[in-house]
Amino acid sequence: MNLTLKIWRQNGPEDRGRMVTYQVEDVSPDMSFLEMLDVLNERLTLAGEEPVAFDHDCREGICGMCGMVINGVAHGEQRATTTCQLHMRHFKDGDTVTIEPWRAAPFPVIKDLVVDRSSFDRIIQAGGFISVPTGAAPDAHSVPVPKDAADAAFDAATCIGCGACVAACPNGSASLFTAAKVTHLGLLPQGQPERASRAKAMVEQMDAEGFGGCTNTGECTAVCPKGIPLDAIARMNADYLKASK
Amino acid sequence: MAITGAVLVLFLIGHMLGNLKIFLGADAFNGYAEWLRTVGEPALPARTILTITEIVLVAAVVLHMWSAVSLARRAARARPVRYAVRRRSQANGYATHVMRYGGIVILLFVVWHLLDMTFGVVNPEGYAATPYDRMVAGFAPSRWWVTSFYVVALAMVGLHLRHGVWSAFQTLGLAGGRSYRPLRALAGVVALALVAGFLAAPLAVTIGVIK
Amino acid sequence: MSGILRRVGEWRVGAPIADTRAPEGPIEERWDKRRFSAKLVNPANKRKLTVIVVGTGLAGGSAAATLGELGYNVKSFCYQDSPRRAHSIAAQGGINAAKNYRGDGDSVFRLFYDTVKGGDFRSRESNVYRLAQVSVNIIDQAVAQGVPFAREYGGLLDNRSFGGAQVSRTFYARGQTGQQLLLGAYQALERQVAAGTVEMHTRHEMLELIVSDGRARGIVVRDMVTGEIETHLADAVVLASGGYGNVFYLSTNAKGCNTTAIWRAHRRGAYFANPCYTQIHPTCIPVSGDYQSKLTLMSESLRNDGRVWVPLRKGDERPPAQIPEDERDYYLERIYPAFGNLVPRDIASRAAKNVCDEGRGVGPGGLGVYLDFADAIARLGREAVEKKYGNLFEMYERITGENPYEAPMRIYPAVHYTMGGLWVDYDLQSSIPGLFVVGEANFSDHGANRLGASALMQGLADGYFVLPTTVGDYLAGAGTFGQVDQDAVDEAVDRVKEKISRLLAVNGTRTADSFHRELGRIMWDYCGMERTEESLRKALERIPELREEFWNNVKVPGDPEGLNQALERAGRVADFFELAELMCVDALHRSESCGGHFRAESQDADGEALRDDDEFAYVAAWEWTPDGPVLHKEELDYEYVKMTQRSYK
Repeated sequence: MNLTLKIWRQNGPEDRGRMVTYQVEDVSPDMSFLEMLDVLNERLTLAGEEPVAFDHDCREGICGMCGMVINGVAHGEQRATTTCQLHMRHFKDGDTVTIEPWRAAPFPVIKDLVVDRSSFDRIIQAGGFISVPTGAAPDAHSVPVPKDAADAAFDAATCIGCGACVAACPNGSASLFTAAKVTHLGLLPQGQPERASRAKAMVEQMDAEGFGGCTNTGECTAVCPKGIPLDAIARMNADYLKASK
Repeated sequence: MAITGAVLVLFLIGHMLGNLKIFLGADAFNGYAEWLRTVGEPALPARTILTITEIVLVAAVVLHMWSAVSLARRAARARPVRYAVRRRSQANGYATHVMRYGGIVILLFVVWHLLDMTFGVVNPEGYAATPYDRMVAGFAPSRWWVTSFYVVALAMVGLHLRHGVWSAFQTLGLAGGRSYRPLRALAGVVALALVAGFLAAPLAVTIGVIK
Repeated sequence: MSGILRRVGEWRVGAPIADTRAPEGPIEERWDKRRFSAKLVNPANKRKLTVIVVGTGLAGGSAAATLGELGYNVKSFCYQDSPRRAHSIAAQGGINAAKNYRGDGDSVFRLFYDTVKGGDFRSRESNVYRLAQVSVNIIDQAVAQGVPFAREYGGLLDNRSFGGAQVSRTFYARGQTGQQLLLGAYQALERQVAAGTVEMHTRHEMLELIVSDGRARGIVVRDMVTGEIETHLADAVVLASGGYGNVFYLSTNAKGCNTTAIWRAHRRGAYFANPCYTQIHPTCIPVSGDYQSKLTLMSESLRNDGRVWVPLRKGDERPPAQIPEDERDYYLERIYPAFGNLVPRDIASRAAKNVCDEGRGVGPGGLGVYLDFADAIARLGREAVEKKYGNLFEMYERITGENPYEAPMRIYPAVHYTMGGLWVDYDLQSSIPGLFVVGEANFSDHGANRLGASALMQGLADGYFVLPTTVGDYLAGAGTFGQVDQDAVDEAVDRVKEKISRLLAVNGTRTADSFHRELGRIMWDYCGMERTEESLRKALERIPELREEFWNNVKVPGDPEGLNQALERAGRVADFFELAELMCVDALHRSESCGGHFRAESQDADGEALRDDDEFAYVAAWEWTPDGPVLHKEELDYEYVKMTQRSYK
């Protein structure tokens, strides 16, 4: 199939950026979306133009490195799918596809579709851990964990930190990302001692980074490749309020 | 947002129950309106409770709007560059549209409503009439367009509440785990009950059940 | 680089080497002895000592976090935008530990025994025993960090048997064990960043090692955002940069995985051990076209219920459903009646290659075999199959667009893990003093073949428990290291800058990716699942030619400044060329078959890998010299596990 691509090109953080239109021919339906961009880049390179910069690494939907807004939807319209796992069979011959970077002030564009997500790391630094130095751990069976708590913690822990939640949120909020970690650790007995202080510190860091506030629109969950549920945010709020009392 | 919203929801429930007294006749309704002004007497001067309520309500509305505006401004700051393609939302777009734009519609409605029913400025009977007469005149069959406006505005209130009530539980951290679904349902029921309760009186007047 | 003229596949034999760090005595006491003999660093001095850690996967992340906790001044580097993205995150199956929580007869000694045997007797006994010992501490540490392992209704940890092990010792977190363990290490690392003990450098790629006065004293990196070339000096350098499976272009590795960090260290004097040991995983989704950029693994557990087959007749192009039972060849069940579809990875992979070579492969290009669940669905019901494999079936459908409930899956082997890596002693120190290597980047522990669920174990054992002790021992002598020689720094920086300008100056007509794809094809065809002297010699002719063409005809667009992904890729491909050649030399010299290295000339009457223990029971540690590779042999002694030939018939 043949496609028209409209891709955001921006030469660096200071550049204003613009949409540039490209044609790609002979796209196979079995290609992944990123492979389609590889083909475009190969052609641009040989034509002496700069290839489109985009982040990617594992290409199997787990590292969280890739991410672009495709036709206005973070990671494209396929649900529960990262950009690297999106395949071209979901597009039709003649389609026009618009590709933009994540848009959020705490995710400044580095180049083209590449953004800086180090704000996420700083949120984790603020408290997204259990303070247990290596070697200090008791035997793994010393504290049983109810299966449903372990399973629910796992569901929250599957967050890949891609940032689609922020990209999709009309408020540019990072609540789902932050809540996923607060929920994961807060559901486990090992996470209890730091539970309230963790939520408080992480939420405050999230606000300090310049993310917007949550209005529970649910856009984040809808695009989340791992389907982190919205009630994680309620858990985070509960822990936060407890810490603020 | 959640706290001020909760205050307003509690008010709406009281307001609706009061409104429904219209079905008990003019005396019951006017008596109730009068009671609102005299409640607390003689221990307290007239209108004390009502005035306090009014102050709380105004404060709640102002704070609610202030929260909404600051959230919107934070959102704008968090996304200085907008998307070129603004696609139909992935979560129905319900909340965003209903809350922010709906809120503005509701504000305009409240202004009209106060001018109509409280101050009587746009009411055919005017300020001097009894509340019952103002109500019957305001929603008279010939003024069907006023009633229609109320229907539309209240529908908006309902949608606002459906998200708002649940969202308040979520914001206050009460909607986690097992209570998630029941609270979502509760929000829907509250919204529906309020809309139905509020629409009962105007519709009854307009179709001539209450004269 | 080009211009080195010598005969194809030539190598020289140098002096033998030996590990001098493992203490003598009973194997179960060696690690305790070593820990006790290790010198300690005064806590007040620790913060004055800088340790560089390159890579933030399980090994690097856990090492940096632990060194930070101990009070060292740590500098951590990764090429990704966050340390959480390292490819350890993609490991699916689980992590082994000799906890014996099942009471099914597991023990440290059994895990040790299985690992040595599984490695086809090409690993070092002392190292493997220690790995089995600390495996139990890893689980404790991970649980305390909040890693949500699968649990039973009683609240205790669940285990499963994995990769043909006869005991249930594998801990898992659904199909995302690697992700959960990596996030545990990542969180510990970020905690140290917040505490100020670790300085994190994301989007920085190591391009050179600084060796001063014979010691590793720093690295040269490129800031991938600004393009700036930076030097970072230290008292010790730890490489945790992962494996080199991407030399095959197509592998289950992440796109960014590369050999540059360890290859540059090798060029500066670190020996490269057993580069030819490559693990090929039998259950991957086959290639669908030339544009294919990577291969996706599906858990081996699929072979528990799926039956592997191909058409009996060559070139049979009927859809699978129209091929009657008696015209199908369930070849694994036919050749290996005892183990059937559950034979080890290398055997299953090679068998698939053989039937495809016979022209009986299925799917595009005939490079695939069926993995059929029709019998399982008939026997257990669709629902039971869905419960067990639902997420894998979904993943398969997402990628191929085919529904595996209705048509059999198509699978094909793919490069998955490299057992080879930089040579290290018991202390995980390379042949360059002060250069330590952990995780997949080193060669230790897995011998010629890695068992399932052992990679996560090794990475974390190295990073959390082994390295912090042994680095401390080395750093206790830091007082005598002296100043870093400025000439050594300048030289390293010049080498990096020169390579970058050369790459940008060629301005030819082919992209780095196109060269990489061709190199990968050569490696896969001639140095892949099955190797022969002839194929390896062919590869050794083709690789230098292609490398020559690369340096004369590659096109790298853009500038040295700023983000330039094409430049990053070209630099990595250049190093892959050199590594590829060494891999072929190693494969050529080792004329026996063992584990993941199958030389067609060395097989028994049944086509099984035939080891030659008299000739090859050693680690091949290669030294780089301008005149070609020099082989240093480390003889392997087996005191505790008797060498046997494995059989799965």
